[in-house]
Amino acid sequence: MVSSSSTNVLLSADGTPLKKSLNRSLRQQKMRALLLIAPLLIFILVAFIMPIISMLSRSVENELVGQTLPLTVQSIQSWDAMSGELPDEPVYRAFAQDIQNAAKAKVHTKVALRLNYEKSGIASLFKKTARKAKKWDIENDGPFKEKLIKVHKGWGEVEVWQTIKTHSPTYTSGYFLNAVDMRKTVQGAEWQPEDKTILIKLFQRTLVMSLIITFSCIILGYPVAWLLANLPMRQANLLMILVLLPFWTSLLVRTSAWKVMLQQQGVINDVLVQLSLISNEGRLIMINNEIGTIVAMTHILLPFMILPMYSVMQTIPPSYLRAAKSLGATNWTAFWRVYFPQSVPGIGAGSILVFILAIGYYITPEIVGGTKGVFISNRIAYHILKSLNWGLAAALGTILLVAVLILYWTYDKIVGIDNVKLGG
Amino acid sequence: MVNNNSSSAFVKFDRVQKSYDGETLVVKDLNLEVPKGEFLTMLGPSGSGKTTCLMMLAGFETATHGEIMLNGISINNIPPHKRGIGMVFQNYALFPHMSVAENLSFPLEVRKLDKATREEKVNRALDMVEMGEFKGRRPAQLSGGQQQRIALARALVFEPELVLMDEPLGALDKQLREKMQFEITGLAHRLGITVVYVTHDQTEALTMSDRVAVFNDGRIQQLATPDQLYEEPENSFVAQFIGENNTLNGTISDLKSDVATVKLDSGDIIDCKPVNVSTIGERTQVSIRPERVELNKKRLPPGSHTLTAEVLEFIYMGDVFRTRLRVAGNEDFIVKTRNSSDQVRLNPGEKIEIGWSTSCCRALDA
Repeated sequence: MVSSSSTNVLLSADGTPLKKSLNRSLRQQKMRALLLIAPLLIFILVAFIMPIISMLSRSVENELVGQTLPLTVQSIQSWDAMSGELPDEPVYRAFAQDIQNAAKAKVHTKVALRLNYEKSGIASLFKKTARKAKKWDIENDGPFKEKLIKVHKGWGEVEVWQTIKTHSPTYTSGYFLNAVDMRKTVQGAEWQPEDKTILIKLFQRTLVMSLIITFSCIILGYPVAWLLANLPMRQANLLMILVLLPFWTSLLVRTSAWKVMLQQQGVINDVLVQLSLISNEGRLIMINNEIGTIVAMTHILLPFMILPMYSVMQTIPPSYLRAAKSLGATNWTAFWRVYFPQSVPGIGAGSILVFILAIGYYITPEIVGGTKGVFISNRIAYHILKSLNWGLAAALGTILLVAVLILYWTYDKIVGIDNVKLGG
Repeated sequence: MVNNNSSSAFVKFDRVQKSYDGETLVVKDLNLEVPKGEFLTMLGPSGSGKTTCLMMLAGFETATHGEIMLNGISINNIPPHKRGIGMVFQNYALFPHMSVAENLSFPLEVRKLDKATREEKVNRALDMVEMGEFKGRRPAQLSGGQQQRIALARALVFEPELVLMDEPLGALDKQLREKMQFEITGLAHRLGITVVYVTHDQTEALTMSDRVAVFNDGRIQQLATPDQLYEEPENSFVAQFIGENNTLNGTISDLKSDVATVKLDSGDIIDCKPVNVSTIGERTQVSIRPERVELNKKRLPPGSHTLTAEVLEFIYMGDVFRTRLRVAGNEDFIVKTRNSSDQVRLNPGEKIEIGWSTSCCRALDA
């Protein structure tokens, strides 16, 4: 047995097992290859993977309340938020201590802002309290229940304490609930009041309009890609330059150009009025609404549809069409039964590209979209830049990411991702 | 229906010209008649216009001038899908997204045949090429030879009277190609279809065809049966292009009706059969097939001219010997002799006398 097993292991010339020496010889190659791509790997890690992870974590992170008001968070756990009664003195005392510490460290405004997202009015309540609390002697100045209510009658409201308790855990689903027009309360998740619901509508609009844009790109791009693939070299090159021309112009300029074209005193309306197709009073509204966004974005994303289509069509030999015709198919049948099915991978690749780009587009809807034509990304930008509610922005972004992944998965199931060709 | 044109010619090219750029003619004044049931091959080097002719017949190119007739009717203005001509393409052009059966069923579907008839015809066509068990496969899952058979079956399934083939065997290896050559000709004759076949492989052309049209420079150089083409080439291009050929350059010194005396550039004088030479003093290229050269002086008819030759190389090829000689200044003069028991083997450096019968030596244009 021993001898047979030892003969089974192949040895290299110097007596070490062959597998081991093979691994050793390959290891060096692998290390060298790894070193070569290390800069790129690090760059991707720092500039792509980390921000995504950071975004994902921000959407559930809620350390601020627990860090700033540690004593309150601890003592409020024993309070039954559903009882309808105010918490007892220890909770007030703990809060007085916390707010004094926070005010001295000047961090109370942050937590005030955080809680203000959940219940408006809390920010001013905190600020007023913090000013007074700085002078308090926590050991001797009790009881704090009356004292706090005297400072601001808000401390006598059950909802304020409920809000603090609901949003005290380190991790929260609150941002995600907000992102789909719900809110977290002591009773659990519930819908936002009617006047505050906007996000689901925005998600729907983003999806529907992205689909319309993708579809318009297919309709407009297919003939162009076909021409590109079938014209003689010289004309095809010229056409290719025209297709790529938009890339040489700033995105902002192109979008602004659409503003000039589409506005009520703009080129298209002027021409239509001149031709008496519409009256001067009945000028069409084509900008600052859905039409403006769809038109401008279709134009901007068109090359992303044409190029993958072209690269697929280029690989379809003209002899297929000829064969179909020689077999008796009319031009249309030859196209529809033979050419089109083979160009579907190109349409798929272009559609994925355009749709994913469209769903996250920001600048164009911002400029030409008005209020009716803005996308979810504009809302995300608002929360990052204006309201500073990064948690909500992160939650919205995460939902967008998941939506794209689901679509990608569905596409893979239906068409098969192997069928997507970006070239060759 | 019966008129002068259609009585014998099923396919007819009548003074057809083709130009792509309006400056040069790719096809120059083509006249060709193909009777029904014939296997005609268009043979020629690339760029000789043979494929263009085929494409014009199929309807994918339009003739710049002249008329193409099918069954006595001008088809210049009939679109390809209404011509009812079967075609086999160089790369087969099997539709990759359809199965073998779907590929074959396609021409029947566009002809709006019902399902039962379609299935029956598809099965019959597949059996014809012995591919019945591959119905459900995709073209990509078939070998080159199998794809070739399917392409053939697809071109035949809707029972066209005329089938065009554009170098259909070009992508196959030698053995398979030879096998397919027999299968295609056998099938064509059994079905009684007319075939116009394009190739640049002369062996293929000679083995398969009833007649061969040799193309060069946009013209038919010679249209003849394979044996005529080989034995009696009408000009030096055909002589050079078909088979192996020895050439000697010279000037006509005497011309009678069936014998032309040629003074070679080396000074030697030989007798030839005049083919397309007309005047004394004209330059000529004399063509002799390697297997028609006689090394044994005794076998030559009395009075024949002989030439002195020096053996440069002797190659043993099994069934034949190939000897390279220097004859009248030409160092690439090849002689092929059968490996028979009385045949001597020659050594390089040997001087010998060679000759041939006058009828095998053709004086062609220079």
